[in-house]
Amino acid sequence: MAEATGIEIKSLYKIFGPNGAEMVQKIKDGMSKAELNEQFNHVLGLNDINISMPGGKIQVVMGLSGSGKSTLIRHINRLIDPTAGEVLYGGEDVCQMSEKELREFRRHKTAMVFQKFALLPHRTVMKNTVYGLEIQGVPMKEAEERAARWIDRVGLSGFEDHYPNQLSGGMQQRVGLARALTNDADILLMDEAFSALDPLIRMDMQTVLLDLQEELHKTIVFITHDLDEALRLGDKIAILRDGAVIQQGTGQDIVLNPADAYIADFVKEVNRGRVILVDTVMDRTRTLEGGLTVSSGIMLEEAAKTFAESGEGELSVVNGDGAPLGVLNIQDAITAMVTPATH
Amino acid sequence: MDWIEFPSLSRGTLRDIRVTIDGGFREFTRTYGEMLERATEPLEDFLVFLEHLLIESPWPIVLVVLVGIVFLMSRNVKITAGSFVALVLIGVFGMWEDTMRTIAMVTVCTMLAIFLGIPIGILMARSDKFQSIVNPVLDLMQTMPAFVYLIPVVMIFGLGKVPGLIAIVIYAIPPMIRLTNLGIRLVDPDVLEAADAFGSSARQKLVNVQLPLALPTIMAGINQTIMMALAMVVVAALIGVKGLGQPVLNAIANQYFTMGVMNGLAIVAIAIIFDRATQAYGKRLQKHSEVIHG
Repeated sequence: MAEATGIEIKSLYKIFGPNGAEMVQKIKDGMSKAELNEQFNHVLGLNDINISMPGGKIQVVMGLSGSGKSTLIRHINRLIDPTAGEVLYGGEDVCQMSEKELREFRRHKTAMVFQKFALLPHRTVMKNTVYGLEIQGVPMKEAEERAARWIDRVGLSGFEDHYPNQLSGGMQQRVGLARALTNDADILLMDEAFSALDPLIRMDMQTVLLDLQEELHKTIVFITHDLDEALRLGDKIAILRDGAVIQQGTGQDIVLNPADAYIADFVKEVNRGRVILVDTVMDRTRTLEGGLTVSSGIMLEEAAKTFAESGEGELSVVNGDGAPLGVLNIQDAITAMVTPATH
Repeated sequence: MDWIEFPSLSRGTLRDIRVTIDGGFREFTRTYGEMLERATEPLEDFLVFLEHLLIESPWPIVLVVLVGIVFLMSRNVKITAGSFVALVLIGVFGMWEDTMRTIAMVTVCTMLAIFLGIPIGILMARSDKFQSIVNPVLDLMQTMPAFVYLIPVVMIFGLGKVPGLIAIVIYAIPPMIRLTNLGIRLVDPDVLEAADAFGSSARQKLVNVQLPLALPTIMAGINQTIMMALAMVVVAALIGVKGLGQPVLNAIANQYFTMGVMNGLAIVAIAIIFDRATQAYGKRLQKHSEVIHG
């Protein structure tokens, strides 16, 4: 597969109300969301969003309800029109596309998975899965062959002729995922795709997604309100609050250096062992002769397992070629894994 | 000023208004009447063809075909057996031919109402403005006493099948339009958004999502239309539509109680057959919504 293209979001504003365009300047001049609502009866949806979403990676956008995250993802395939700003994909501005161009863009470049599944209730699993190809005009036989592969891949073989409401929530969302994957689009938009599922099924689906991404390398935009989910899936995370990005970076960046008290409060309960890399904690000033090794780029929790099984106090961290990079001390590892008292 | 009598227009003025409007309409009838009549000829031909088919064919064949259609639609032995008994009784009591005429009439009216009503309903669902124009017209069609709009229809088309057909369709089409509109407007917006996200065109959305999901409501509309068409059969008899309506009118004029009841019951029997068959058919189309994951 060719190198996937990223998505650039530049100075994106969305203001709901009859005169949204006029209100952008007021926001730029520093008016708050509450003031705008009170004085002009317009609702600030998105405020100066700038995110560079890397191609072939999972970009998570996290925020609580009302933070504008669902509004943001709908700008990428323009289910919502922006008030101002650009959404660039491969140098093309989605916001400037004509209706026809937009339809082609949606058909071939994007696929979307929805929180409430949004399956067609009168169609079987198979007929739901081929939907994207059907409207592209792909011959039904070919479409069904391609769909069958993805139905199998998400673990729904044998359910092709079932109707959505014969399936459990988790299975319905697998259909939603298969439908999106069958489209074979570069961009996969997932709007709180797993939020409606119970915790075990959600973990399960996250694993399915990560496994798929390992081989597909799509540009995935994943919306969630769940920090654990964000940290597990996200190569990059942007945190949204009141329509503005308040921090973006890798999961480790956000956990180690929360931008403000709001985020600090969020990350307090996070299992740090699963977020922090051994590279961050290791002592780079010395190397160890012999002893047990762990590879660079793994999480502390994995290293902790090696500590526990071996009973050693120090591990050698090595790169892919086996060359030592530094030393991980058990004391440092444990300190990094527990939440600092200052937070 | 006199506060007892309402200050109405003078008799002279009112008469002038009436004369002007009537004259204008008569003029219109003279100019376009023939054209309109010719335009509706295929409709009349089809109605006559269907009537002949039902009446001239040997009755056992017609009986088997009608009961067969009921079975194919309902897939229900009870409804099929009931229809068979009802039709046999109608034949035994000497109302076979009139019943066939009425069935032909109601079938053509329903087809016409579906053919016109669904597109209008779709347009209404797409445009709030169009809806705000059509809604009062539908109110008018449903509440205006049928006898009133029989007058212009008869002036244009004279007495006969076509004016009856038009009168029945005017009376029976509003639920078809309203329920198509309602059904499409009630389609889950999440599913519509998904259709948009995959790049559906407006037509693809209509065919793949809106119409199928609105189908239960549209089926209810078809059912209502059939019932109202049957109810209108007696009124249409006033302007020369033959069938079960005419003996009823005859019975009213001559106070033939038994004759009235028998023909009335025949209309009820057809109504129930149509109703059960279409409802069962609609339900069968919605099979996917019955099995819920436990």
